[in-house]
Amino acid sequence: MNWRMNRRLLPLGITILLFVGMAAFGAIRYDGFLSPQVFLNLLIDNAFLCVVAVGMTFVILSGGIDLSVGAVIALTTMISAALLDAGWNPYAAIGLVLVLGAAFGALQGLLIQQFNLAPFIVTLAGMFLARGCCYLISTESIPINDPTYAAIAQARIPVGFDSSLTIGALIALAVVLAAMRVAHATEFGRTVYAIGGGESSARLMGLSVASTKVGVYLLSGLCAALGGVVMTFYMLSGYSLHAVGLELDAIAAVVIGGTLLSGGVGYVAGTLFGVLILGIIQTLIAFDGTLSSWWTKIVVGVLLLLFCLLQRLFEGRTRKAA
Amino acid sequence: MTRVTQHALFWPATTLALLLVVSAIFNPAFLSIAWRDGHLYGNLVDILNRAAPLMVVSLGMTLVIAVRGLDISVGAVVAIAAAVAALMIGGSFSASGNAASEHPLWMALGTALAAAAACGLWNGLLVVKAGMQPIVATLILMVAGRGIAQLLTGGQIITVYYPPFFTLGNGYLLGVPVALWIAVALWGVLHLALARTALGLFIRAIGGNPEAARVAGIRAASITLCVYTFCGLAAGVAGLIISSNVKSADANNAGQLLELDAILAVTLGGTALTGGRFTLAGTVIGALIIQTLTSMIYSLGVPPEVNLVVKAALVFAVMLLQSAEFRGLVLRVARSARA
Repeated sequence: MNWRMNRRLLPLGITILLFVGMAAFGAIRYDGFLSPQVFLNLLIDNAFLCVVAVGMTFVILSGGIDLSVGAVIALTTMISAALLDAGWNPYAAIGLVLVLGAAFGALQGLLIQQFNLAPFIVTLAGMFLARGCCYLISTESIPINDPTYAAIAQARIPVGFDSSLTIGALIALAVVLAAMRVAHATEFGRTVYAIGGGESSARLMGLSVASTKVGVYLLSGLCAALGGVVMTFYMLSGYSLHAVGLELDAIAAVVIGGTLLSGGVGYVAGTLFGVLILGIIQTLIAFDGTLSSWWTKIVVGVLLLLFCLLQRLFEGRTRKAA
Repeated sequence: MTRVTQHALFWPATTLALLLVVSAIFNPAFLSIAWRDGHLYGNLVDILNRAAPLMVVSLGMTLVIAVRGLDISVGAVVAIAAAVAALMIGGSFSASGNAASEHPLWMALGTALAAAAACGLWNGLLVVKAGMQPIVATLILMVAGRGIAQLLTGGQIITVYYPPFFTLGNGYLLGVPVALWIAVALWGVLHLALARTALGLFIRAIGGNPEAARVAGIRAASITLCVYTFCGLAAGVAGLIISSNVKSADANNAGQLLELDAILAVTLGGTALTGGRFTLAGTVIGALIIQTLTSMIYSLGVPPEVNLVVKAALVFAVMLLQSAEFRGLVLRVARSARA
């Protein structure tokens, strides 16, 4: 039993090892890399990606996919900026965009569940819709001058060692912790794993498959909206071209984090490290200074390949063992 | 009547016809075709010409989807093919307009197509040999491929100054755009290969049930491999048309979101995403629907911002029409309303 548990944890272990290895490489190669702030910046600069990737983890665990998250983030920044421009209370604006994000996700979930449609196509149409709504609000970038937002954006919470975190990074950490609890200690979380493992078996077990599937997309929409709020703090503007292609980064982070794209296997904690690995690749390239930005894409592609091959190997072995 | 509505091409063709009728009502000049400067001229010709690269990519995508696959790397392959061709032609601006090509044109085009086919083969190997899910296998090339294209071009837009290369995307043959000839030729060849040989049957069998097809003696693995390679090749052809049309290779933006449009065209055309059932003609109509919609929105003077929202509404509508559960719901509601 214990040995089987270790096997399930193997991809997570490899992800963490990879992160430590890359950090060690950076520390040896570049001066000033090994400072607490460099590592905290990984979280600060990727806070919105982290929040979105956590939502994506649940979708992928259930065997689905959500391509709309990048567009929902952009729409969130747009609506927030437009509402603040119209003189709304910032907290009311945040509340409204979170509700809208959750409703958008739930609607996609309902279509997928009720009409048995492919998640890929439904969320693709959702992506067009959300991105299109951004353009309807404005094609220009809307700056945010609200004092509350500016104060939140500039706030730094000291964590010792001369380093600090932003509110956005704290939100990301809180989301990861909450999601770990939801995934492993609630009925919803266990049902998500069961659906990913086999939908018809989950149904035969009497689990509430329909409501959980809708719930998964609702959660992803909510996370995307929250990611959008965090991005609004980070960018202090609303723009329809924010977060283009972010859904791919989120999927990549989830896969590198050791979650199987076929569903049923994976950990939220892995996703956190997946996001940190994507962040550290960019930091390494920035520290190097001679490498161009496209190396990020090539390295991420190679990592995806390695992880997928590893997972296939891992799957093949467990099947033989079973 | 029911036999007509049940034909696979009924809904896609009706959608396209409706779009054209709506355009014609708002802008009577929309459907007119004239002969100008030695070639056909008009909105319809423009739609066909602009839809050509999407048609080519979508034809490849149709086959991949028919064998239960998906290829989301086609946009990146378009960028790679465009970059390779532009680099091979190279050269610089000359005032006389007779810039030479560094390599013969056939060699440049051939290398670009070979690179694109190699990308497709790579995807196929990951799916068939490594047993990865198609969406993951092609996600790898989608992410890394654009990086490779940017690496090739150094992140710059490479301008091509060699006039013969422009024929692919801008030229006319017998008054009809060359790009359209290419798309139609590819469609014709595919149609013959699939309808006149057993290949079409094999592909349907693999999509219907890969395991059963293998047991029945169909070489499912090698056919699937060929299908992915062909999809890469088709993306390469589209990449050449696109880069020839804009006379440059832009690794950052060439073919951006093309994979989504292609999958959309295939779905709109009536090919089932679950595999097994496919229609090449439907895909061509699907590509035309997408391009007509775009042209219509521009020609009606509607702000282009609305384009995406209309596209989304259209996808939702077509998706629901194709869902048996939704049709059942509509029937139930209609029946209870009558009762």
